[in-house]
Amino acid sequence: MGEGKTIRVLLAKPGLDGHDRGAKVIARALRDAGMEVIYTGLRQTPEQIVSAAEQEDVDVLMLSILSGAHNYLFPRIMEGLEKKGMTDILVMGGGIIPKEDIAGLKKAGVKEVFGPGTETKAIIKYVQDNLNQ
Amino acid sequence: MSDNDKLVKVSDSYKTWEEKTQKQLAKAPESKPRFETLSGLPIKTLYAPPDTTDIDYLENVGFPGEYPYTRGVQNTMFRGRFWTMRQYAGFGSAEDTNKRFRYLLEQGQTGLSVAFDLPTQIGYDSDAPIATGEVGKVGVAIDTVHDLKILFNEIPLDQVSTSMTINSPASILTAMYLALADKGGIPFTELRGTIQNDILKEYIARGTYIFPIRPAMRIVSDILGFCAKNMPQWNSISISGYHMREAGSTAVQEVAFTLADGIAYVEAAINAGLEVDDFAPRLSFFFSAHQDFFEEVAKYRAARKLWAKIMKEKFKAKNPRSWMLRYHVQTAGCSLTAQQPLLNILRTGFEALSAVLGGCQSLHTNSYDEALALPSEMAVQIALRTQQLIAYETGVTETVDPLAGSYYVESLTDAIATQAQDYLNKIEEMGGMIPAIEAGYVQGEISNSAYEYQKKVEAKDRVVVGVNQFVVEEPPLEGLLKVEMTVGEIQAKKLKVLRSERGNQAVGRALDAVKKGAESKENLMPLIVNAVKAEATIGEICNVLRDVFGEYTGTTSF
Repeated sequence: MGEGKTIRVLLAKPGLDGHDRGAKVIARALRDAGMEVIYTGLRQTPEQIVSAAEQEDVDVLMLSILSGAHNYLFPRIMEGLEKKGMTDILVMGGGIIPKEDIAGLKKAGVKEVFGPGTETKAIIKYVQDNLNQ
Repeated sequence: MSDNDKLVKVSDSYKTWEEKTQKQLAKAPESKPRFETLSGLPIKTLYAPPDTTDIDYLENVGFPGEYPYTRGVQNTMFRGRFWTMRQYAGFGSAEDTNKRFRYLLEQGQTGLSVAFDLPTQIGYDSDAPIATGEVGKVGVAIDTVHDLKILFNEIPLDQVSTSMTINSPASILTAMYLALADKGGIPFTELRGTIQNDILKEYIARGTYIFPIRPAMRIVSDILGFCAKNMPQWNSISISGYHMREAGSTAVQEVAFTLADGIAYVEAAINAGLEVDDFAPRLSFFFSAHQDFFEEVAKYRAARKLWAKIMKEKFKAKNPRSWMLRYHVQTAGCSLTAQQPLLNILRTGFEALSAVLGGCQSLHTNSYDEALALPSEMAVQIALRTQQLIAYETGVTETVDPLAGSYYVESLTDAIATQAQDYLNKIEEMGGMIPAIEAGYVQGEISNSAYEYQKKVEAKDRVVVGVNQFVVEEPPLEGLLKVEMTVGEIQAKKLKVLRSERGNQAVGRALDAVKKGAESKENLMPLIVNAVKAEATIGEICNVLRDVFGEYTGTTSF
């Protein structure tokens, strides 16, 4: 990613979970921080998320889930990204994800998982610190 | 001294006191430049008689059990009977949840509340591809009437009241409940309970919609009509503000948007040919109990006052029961923290106290581990005990609406009612709640409030104990409830067996009838009852309706 180029973020809600307060708040904060944000809306299948990430040519993919279905859905999304050769994307997770599940998600390729209470400024900093690698 | 002279004397003394206080501020300022409720309503240093002289007691406050019900919907409230202690529960299989139901009843809860998993709530069978990973995770998995039978094993339906948090497929779960009652020889007239059935808030804040708005509203009116005729003790809808509040709305918005939804439902039912007094007494509501203690109490009082006025003046309802806003409360899930979770016991306690002082009919208290998982048994026991402590040990239930007359509470009640009315007027100008939702207006207001709140927290204008102040290093919480993937696998196997053993021709005929009913103006409820009795699954019935009505596509705005 070149200097001065706007960071593009896809914020996705995988699965049937309808809780989008956190995702929307983060989307606004990222936009206020100068990033270009696309929000998928609810009820995205792994295939739809991978397709959107490709179409929108994003630098970052943020997955928000509170329904407990992350262990099934996140690895499928990561597989989909890998199949398309999109291994450069920074993938982050958030929502309600038990600490004991995080190692498994990281093994699948999710770079970091952010739990309840995380401040938007921490997420912005994480993106800025971790993109230029 | 005449009454007017007394008023003037108090008013003058108050002004003097305010001036003296202002002078003190020069040397010893208050801790912040502006004090406001969680919803942004300004809070003065002091409230005194002059703040409430314009509030007419008989017209604006009145008496409990009498219009406009500001002080409560019954004359004696909790002196007669406590609110229903009704803990929302459900996870895994019907067997798992049945066990938890019976535990809660043994521990003293006085009503049931069913949490369904997302596939069930969105009308998918447990073996649908889209359901993978989700079965049983946020509630119980129910595919057919057989699952419901297991869910209520050894729980007599004529002796409990059951609330079911189900919206898009509310018709199907109601039909299953009726089928179960039938099998147990219980007349529908004896069934007590509630279905949430509030589809509008799904588009606004909760997300378990299936069909587009207008067909969904048709289903709601079918249910209201059917229940009005056949189930006199059943609340056919629970018009909810809780979820909008959880999505980030203020207390004022919570009241306004909930009542605006209510108006839309009443209009829909009337347009479907129902008489207002035939169904309105069985409308019920559902609010949050959030953290700003006095604001919450004032909120409930304001809501009752506004709804009574709407039903009497706008809809010309004649039956006083049509004017009464009866409501369930859940303490605010979004106020719970993952950090120092035991503190959540206190948060829930304070919130529950405000709900009781506000005069709720039914209450769910969150468990301390719910920022992280569904409640463990120990955590839910403490949550239930919280209600029992308030009921039996605090004494706040011994008289009705004890905070009435507080200069602050009456001022707040008035302010919330006025500001909510402004929103109602604005929504009416937009053509009502449906156009407002379609325009994204309601969602935008809620998003704005959520973002403003988050900014306040990150600026430390709002302290969240344990999160942005008083932080400690701590090990992760142990003993959290976990739902295994096997629940989905077992349900899938059961469905396979069911589909091979039931009379599939009868199912096909029943589903055809539902389809034809959906295409016409026929009331869908009797047709859906027949379908569930023929052992059609929730997914099969919803798929028929999907074919006819189409599916709603969510928005991508934030």
